[in-house]
This record gives sequence, structure tokens and C-alpha cells, in this order.
Amino acid sequence: MKIPYYPGCTLNTVAKGFETSAKESSKTLGFELEELKGWNCCGATFPLTPDNTMALTAPAKVLAHAKAAGDGNKVTTLCSVCYNVLKRTNHVFKEDKARREVINSFIEESYEGELDVVHYLEVLRDTIGFDKVKEAVTRPLAGVKVAAYYGCMLLRPHEEVAIDDHESPTIIEDLMTALGADAVDFPQKIECCGAHLSMDRTDVVEKLSGNVMSSAVENGAELIVTSCPLCQYNLEKSQERTTVEVSGYKAVPIIYFTQLLGLALGQTDEMAGLKDNEWDARPLLKEKGV
Amino acid sequence: MKLKLSGREINSASMEHLERVSGEDAKKCYQCGNCSAGCPVSYEMDMNPSEIIRFLQFGKIDDAMAANSMWVCVGCLQCYSRCPKGVSAASILEGLRQLTLRKGQDHDEVKDLPVEFIKKAPQQAIVSGFRKFVS
Repeated sequence: MKIPYYPGCTLNTVAKGFETSAKESSKTLGFELEELKGWNCCGATFPLTPDNTMALTAPAKVLAHAKAAGDGNKVTTLCSVCYNVLKRTNHVFKEDKARREVINSFIEESYEGELDVVHYLEVLRDTIGFDKVKEAVTRPLAGVKVAAYYGCMLLRPHEEVAIDDHESPTIIEDLMTALGADAVDFPQKIECCGAHLSMDRTDVVEKLSGNVMSSAVENGAELIVTSCPLCQYNLEKSQERTTVEVSGYKAVPIIYFTQLLGLALGQTDEMAGLKDNEWDARPLLKEKGV
Repeated sequence: MKLKLSGREINSASMEHLERVSGEDAKKCYQCGNCSAGCPVSYEMDMNPSEIIRFLQFGKIDDAMAANSMWVCVGCLQCYSRCPKGVSAASILEGLRQLTLRKGQDHDEVKDLPVEFIKKAPQQAIVSGFRKFVS
């Protein structure tokens, strides 16, 4: 089974381990992520105002190409932001005929919202099944206390994009449990990391990301997983200051959920891209005997 | 604080313009404050989301535009997620940003971005930052 796959800019550059671990895991689980040819940037943010139609042309082109590339049913992506932008743009194409016609005429396509935009987590849960993932585990993550950090883009706005309950999601924890890890719940798991404020308000990013990490660690986390390259970046960049400012806080690795998936399915540390993370997860995994 | 209200301001062309751009009707809000309580950055705002909406209900768009709130909003949609009336404060703040940027009044200068940030940040941070802060 091949599933059309949109990587987005970051997975080819600063988040390579996110992609390599996911691609290899897919093969182990019996499907293939087939990268779209000639893809373009999704725009990295869905416009929150309805009269900003021009911003939808980039993601619309991605969707039109994805429809032509595969079986015309679905497209998947790993990055939470790409998922949010593509899913919301698809919603506009399904629900708003007037805007659809304007965008189609501009980009010279005839896309009508036929695809389902699904996150890789949804493929694992709904197409493969977490029970099948569990059966494929050869290196259980026993004893590793993992906090699942969702952030915003997998969950909001809930009526359009939520891959799970938008206030109390468990999809990543359910996957971690299937991999043999101990999933840790924490109250800040759906809060924002500060997002694009990393451009001009690093003080705010450090506060917000610090709140997320200290909440996770207070609740016992030894490692945090995410599916968003911007969350991963903001958390990593904020960790030093959090270590200084939050009494008792001890830095933890912040990695992508697919890196743990890959390890549990038998990938080497190199294949899972563990050497690229600023806070190395390997000593913790070694300590746990993984 | 005392505000002098006028029908001219409440029904002004600027208010109509903001409603059209943002797609939101601030008058639907009954000021429960859930948006401000859930907003992760309200502590940094001159006016928190529900205060911005209150000022807009009174037609005080210039005060809302003068506050730093629109530049601090991260668009996380926690406000909308928890609003019992289905109002998106984030869309209203983006509307205010759009009105400013469309006049060519940028919030950030590209030349001021730290080299370290440009080299190491994920592209999505730069692209979305440009979309929010630069015309």
C-alpha cells in the first residue's frame, strides 16, 4: 500500500530524523510513504481571516497535485503545521464553492476537496491499527516515561482538524503505550509553545515552552515527544533558560514521536536520527536497557 | 475607566471593514472572559482578548489597534476553542494585524532578524513569522 505523502520544508532540512524514522517504520508496518513530486511550501500558517484567499493558493496546489499523484483518496503528512494548513484548506474547498472557484481559476486546477487529509498518527491508528503496531515491536520501550506534547495544530480548530478529543487527546499516548513506553499525562500538553514568536519575542517563547516542559517533567516525564518541528525547536531553545529558572527542573530530550516508533520497531539510533537532537536521548534509553 | 460612546464610532466604516476582513461579529461576545483565561499570552498583552472585543463593541477600534495584543497573539485558537458563543478572538486580532499590514506598516524589519535564527529555525517559523509581521 502506497500513501501519497507531503513532507513540507522542514522535514527535508532541520527535522530529517522525523522523516527517515517514519519512512522506515512505514515499510516495517507494510505501507509506503510516497513523496509527492515537485511539491511546494504549504504556506506555514492558515489565514485566520476569511478574506485572505491568496494565502490558500499554495496549499491548494499541494492538494491538487496530491489528488493527481495517488489513488485520489488521501494524502498524509507528518508535520503538525502542514497537516493543519492542508486540512483547513481542504475544508474550504469542500464547503465554500465560491472561494474554491476563485482559487482554482487562479492556480489553474479543478480540485474540489475530494481528498482526505490525514496525519501520520491517524494512518497508524485508523488504517494500520495500534494493535498491529504493537505486534511489530521488537525493542519495547519498557520503563521510559514519555510525555506527549500535542501543541495547537493537531487539535484546533476542533471542528475542522482535531485528530482526537481537542481538550484531552490520547492518540500519542496510546501509540507510546503500544510501543511499551510509560505514557505520562500532564496539564500543559495542549498549550502553545509560542510558535512564530520565536522570530521576535523569544522571551515569550521561553516562558510558554518552559511552562510546557516543566509541567511534563513535574509529572514524571523523562522524555518529551512531539509532531511539530516548530514546537521541537522552541522547546529545545527554551530548555537552558528553563533549567536555570525553574527550581528542580532537569533537561529532558525532546524528539519526534516517529523516532521512538522507529526505535521500537528495531531501527538503529542513526536511522532514527537520534544524534541530531540537541538533548541526546541515547543515554536515557541505554540506562533503561532499551 | 470612562469611555465616551457614540453611535458614529460603533457603526463606523472602520468597524464594518474590520468585521468584513475578520469574518467575526464582536457583538456576539457576552464578556465571559473564557478567551482571556485560556489565552497563553494574555499576560503580555496591553489589552487581553476579551478587553479588545469589549473596546470593539464600543467602536473603539483605534484603542484596539494601538494595543500590542495583535502582535503577541500566537493564533493558537484556544480562545475560539473555549468561547461559548463561537467568537474567534484570534481572527479579530488577525483582522487588526491585516488592516495594519495592508497599509504597509510592518511590525518587523527583515534586516533585524538574528542570523542565528535564520540559520537554525525551522522554515515554518520564518514563513509564518513573515506572514504575521510583514506586509
